Amino acid sequence: MPPLKELAKRPERLTSGHRLCAGCGAPIAIRLILAAADKPVVAANATGCLEVSTTIFPYTAWNIPWIHSAFENAAATITGVETMYRAKKKRGEIDEDIYFVAFGGDGGTYDIGLQSLSGAWERGHRFVYVCYNNEAYMNTGIQRSSATPLGAWTTTSPVGKVLPGKTQWRKNLTEIAVAHDIPYVAQSVPSNWRDLTLKAEKAFHTEGPAFLNVLASCNRGWRHLPADTLKVNQLAVDCCIWPLYEVENGEYRLTYKPREKKPVEEWLKVQGRFQHLFSPAYRYLIDEFQAYVDREWERLLEKCGETKK
Amino acid sequence: MAKVVGFNGNAAVAYAMKQINPDVVAAYPITPQTDCVERFAEYVSEGLVDSEFITVESEHSAMSACIGAAAAGGRVMTATAANGLALMWEMLYIAASMRLPIVMMVTNRALSGNINIHCDHADTMGARDAGWIHLFSENAQEAYDNTIQAIKIAEDLGVRLPIMVTQDGFIISHAVERVEILEDEEVKNFIGAYKGRYPLLDLNNPVTYGPIDLFDYYFEHKRSQIEAIDNCLPVIERVGKEFGELSGRNYELLEGYRLEDAEYAVVALGSTCGTAREAIDSLREKGKKVGLLKMRCFRPFPRESVIEALSPLKGIAVLDRSVSFGGFGGPLFTEVRSALYDAPSRPSIINFFYGLGGRDIYPEDIEKALEKTEEVVKAGKIEQHIDYLGLRE
Repeated sequence: MPPLKELAKRPERLTSGHRLCAGCGAPIAIRLILAAADKPVVAANATGCLEVSTTIFPYTAWNIPWIHSAFENAAATITGVETMYRAKKKRGEIDEDIYFVAFGGDGGTYDIGLQSLSGAWERGHRFVYVCYNNEAYMNTGIQRSSATPLGAWTTTSPVGKVLPGKTQWRKNLTEIAVAHDIPYVAQSVPSNWRDLTLKAEKAFHTEGPAFLNVLASCNRGWRHLPADTLKVNQLAVDCCIWPLYEVENGEYRLTYKPREKKPVEEWLKVQGRFQHLFSPAYRYLIDEFQAYVDREWERLLEKCGETKK
Repeated sequence: MAKVVGFNGNAAVAYAMKQINPDVVAAYPITPQTDCVERFAEYVSEGLVDSEFITVESEHSAMSACIGAAAAGGRVMTATAANGLALMWEMLYIAASMRLPIVMMVTNRALSGNINIHCDHADTMGARDAGWIHLFSENAQEAYDNTIQAIKIAEDLGVRLPIMVTQDGFIISHAVERVEILEDEEVKNFIGAYKGRYPLLDLNNPVTYGPIDLFDYYFEHKRSQIEAIDNCLPVIERVGKEFGELSGRNYELLEGYRLEDAEYAVVALGSTCGTAREAIDSLREKGKKVGLLKMRCFRPFPRESVIEALSPLKGIAVLDRSVSFGGFGGPLFTEVRSALYDAPSRPSIINFFYGLGGRDIYPEDIEKALEKTEEVVKAGKIEQHIDYLGLRE
């Protein structure tokens, strides 16, 4: 990877002037990822915040060829583009090397877009799929998705007299990607720019499907100050709620190990969406949350060969 | 001398696809289209085409991949039927709105429920407002010919819209018929080379496809789309004529059979037109002045040609192989009747539903429909606008 000074000089592929909220984690992640591409990029986007806020007709914030068609099909769409590229290359009508990337939120990836993504992985197209994961349907106003953590308040998992917010744990999409046996899978976060850039570079260099699951906070939905986005993202990593790791050709590697594993409470307490968990009635959910995170973390350490024998 | 082969409708279209040799095909198998996709897969496997074939996991992804591939700037084809077309529904509108010249073969099949694999037109009629051109085929020959013409029509700079070429499921798709085929070179020269407009793969001129388009522009974009599809009719006519010069088989927007001096006629789509010819010949032998209007092009609806063909008649039986639940008549009836409102003279029109879920239609059914129409005209009053053929009541 080139030094940061060099990366900063690369052309801006997603320009300023887009209308994503102040404090949104998505554009930070997307710009870092696109800066890691050392060749031209063509992008597809699922319906979602990133799409609507960057392309309000007649404006566009994209300096690269970009396509959005619908919500559940960013993977299928980019594989169509990538396949046409291969067809044209085979016929000698194009000779540049191009990277293909699809962006989707967690709604478009974990939920409605999972079928098309799974199909694209199985077919083995060369493309990078980036899930900018803000743990709910933020574009439509904070509804729960299968990426929403246990106990979170959302508008479709509201906190009421009988329900404590979301009652299910989140789906582990990163492991679902690994189960497809694709050559590169990684979890990252924009608060660790180096980790994200390195993984994005690896993803672009992968000869086949690559998947980046990037936790990118939504301050409107998570209920924290816009200026705290990166801090809140990093806390998820330091509490081992969002471990940074990669799986390259089936080999697990932990790419960041917190010096001190912080209790999940530290992450929960800085977000309005979890405030009700601190009332005596729902305190037990924090314990469940911690137990779940501990178990997942131990499993991951084992897979990464980090467990002390 | 044209080469003659025995092909069912699926084989005829697969063979046309082989000769067209598109850049990308993305398709998902569904009865009764499967045979077409299987045959194309064989052409790919044998190296007889150099198309890239994307074996998607659903029809939704098939159309999504076609959209991505067409926006990338090349020639794209697919095929589907029934529920598969329904699963594409969202993407059909998007393909048309992006002005992508995708060509899709549809074997017409009844839509669930209950599940049924046989022919009716519920599938493509459900997609009639999606902005696609719809060409119906009477037999395997027409399915083959329409597929080749569709490429040229869709890619015409004045059109640039997706087309579905339909054939009746099983009735055409699985029945082996005599089909005259063109030489590969003839097809290649007829369709010419294709260069997509505003391709995603043009790195020097990056484009944004599919932005969010709100109340300040969306309406104007729809207005231009209305104009685009309305402007297709002369192109479809021109390509039909050019194809006639090449093959000896001329194509028009619609085709009349024994209409010149007719007083009564049936209007129909697809394979039923073949059945109707039998009925008409038999009634003509009995001295009845009857004819057929075959609708080849259903979208855009060739209003003026329909008026010209039908206005002089006394009575018309419109045969619909699909229902518009709760509507006044089936889709074909509604269109024909609406077109004739401004006609210099207006024939009486009766709508006959028939053949849902693959129920056979016989020449006697069509004779009955024409006879009923004549009775109504002679009585001077329509008691029942909507009737059924071949139904147990």
